[in-house]
Amino acid sequence: MAPFLVVFTLVFLAPLAYALYLSLFRNRLIGGNQFVGFENYLQAFGDAQFWDGALRVGGFLIVQVPIMLLLAMIAALAIDSGRLHGSSFFRIGIFLPYAVPAVVAVLMWGFMYSDRLGLAGNLNRFVGFPLAQPLSQEWILVAIGNIVTWSFVGYNMLIFYSALKTIPGELYEAAALDGAGQFRIVWSIKVPALRGSLVIATIFSIIGSFQLFNEPNILRTVVPTLIPTSYTPNMYAYNLSFVGQQVNYAATIAIIMGLITAIIAYVVQLRGNRKEMS
Amino acid sequence: MSTRAIVTSPKKGRRRPELDRSDSQGLPASRKRSLILTIAMALFVTYSLLPLVWMLINSTKTQENLIGSFGLWFSGDFAFFDNIVETVTYNDGIFLRWMGNTLLYVVVGAGGATLLATLAGYGLAKYNFPGKKAVFAVILGAVAVPGTALAVPTFLMFSELGLTNTIWAIIIPSLILPFGLYLIWVYASESVPTELLEAARVDGASEWRTFWTVSIRLLTPGIVTVALFAIVATWNNYFLPLIMLNDPNLYPLTIGLQQWNLQGTGVGADPIVNLVITGSLLTIVPIVAAFLLLQRYWQSGLSAGSVKQ
Repeated sequence: MAPFLVVFTLVFLAPLAYALYLSLFRNRLIGGNQFVGFENYLQAFGDAQFWDGALRVGGFLIVQVPIMLLLAMIAALAIDSGRLHGSSFFRIGIFLPYAVPAVVAVLMWGFMYSDRLGLAGNLNRFVGFPLAQPLSQEWILVAIGNIVTWSFVGYNMLIFYSALKTIPGELYEAAALDGAGQFRIVWSIKVPALRGSLVIATIFSIIGSFQLFNEPNILRTVVPTLIPTSYTPNMYAYNLSFVGQQVNYAATIAIIMGLITAIIAYVVQLRGNRKEMS
Repeated sequence: MSTRAIVTSPKKGRRRPELDRSDSQGLPASRKRSLILTIAMALFVTYSLLPLVWMLINSTKTQENLIGSFGLWFSGDFAFFDNIVETVTYNDGIFLRWMGNTLLYVVVGAGGATLLATLAGYGLAKYNFPGKKAVFAVILGAVAVPGTALAVPTFLMFSELGLTNTIWAIIIPSLILPFGLYLIWVYASESVPTELLEAARVDGASEWRTFWTVSIRLLTPGIVTVALFAIVATWNNYFLPLIMLNDPNLYPLTIGLQQWNLQGTGVGADPIVNLVITGSLLTIVPIVAAFLLLQRYWQSGLSAGSVKQ
């Protein structure tokens, strides 16, 4: 226990405290490092670039997370139904992308998206006009959403699948005795049994979306004009501290995003648990 | 039938009945296999495997043939082995160096993370001590803290300590996996009977000895699961090395590949797209192999983790 707590303090609690400390100071040209209270926070609340990014990940989350979780749930139910040929192949195949590093995922999808050497280009030449333009202003967020969904749908499917596996067999037997059909069993037994894992999966997905960084940041190297450095709050914080040298303000942004995430995750959990009880 | 074979733990006899519920489920004779459902799922799995197939096919092409040829079929000379040779020898074999670095970070970082999570999770599950509840609440809270939100302050702190641009900047933060601790805690509560520990105590075995001889065997599926997730997390880590390292000799594969890709853009571009693709393939082969070989362990470990939610 003790060694875990020591390292835990070093890599979790200490940076958190340090970030809080940093966010209350500001490095001025004259006077050096000064205590400024909540000035950085006030600045962030009026910062259009920050809110732009925050709204973008918010919108991304509202669309991408439900699609991904619904797909994951359908896949889990299908595999659990016992009505598939070769279901273990499907389980492994859908899960496999989770093991692929984000860098490789983005590079491969990025190549496939590209007009020059990718499938989008193949398709466009085949139909004779630019039908698919994933790397354009209109579609870039969808293109990112597709990469994220691809990477994590299998992971969520496994969470749901393991929850389905814990349903006691007697429940199915009882339902069969009562004459319940397949869809009735899915709706009345399986879907309610997924509630707990759905709450967990939703919270993890929300945390993931708010942290969105790898995919847009790597894709940026392919299409720098479409993705500004403040595309997501995390990219903004990263660029503020490593390009702009504004570490105090970057720490402030990180703390605000952490707070927003924690509040939303907490609300989801409260709502999820209440549903479970009723 | 194959679904059941995999969720069954190899140490079946030792597991408690709740965990084996899945086995009793079985397939009622009335349930027929559905062709339509299978086709729908085949489309799904095609989507999941498409980029990997694309990568595999295009790793056989030369850079000139990559452009303009149909992405999902072979074209031109079969350059697969040439590409591999070029990948591992390019720039004095820097790719192998990156692979070695990644292995080091994974073995020390993920190995340490698994050990710490196992000891701490087991301790939380099986021993009582003052302040246990508070410790647990803080750790669960940490699961929800966005990892990247901590990255910038961690970097600043490490740079004060002079740890940035060293291997420790990657290894130390990798050592903590709150989710892993949670999983071991759940798993230990479920699968290590307290009576068994008491029996060992009565026999005069020390706590340490009991852990290493009795508990660790019961915990194996849980430990393998945590280890695999820790390995994936470290093997695939991008953000942390991106901010912590600027010496190419310390890069892991992920950062190195991204650097190679960047080489193809901007002024004085020297694209090595074929090496990026082949390098990507070589990057995922070990991790995919680990998942496939150990699947019976992690799948049973995961099912246990979902029991208590």
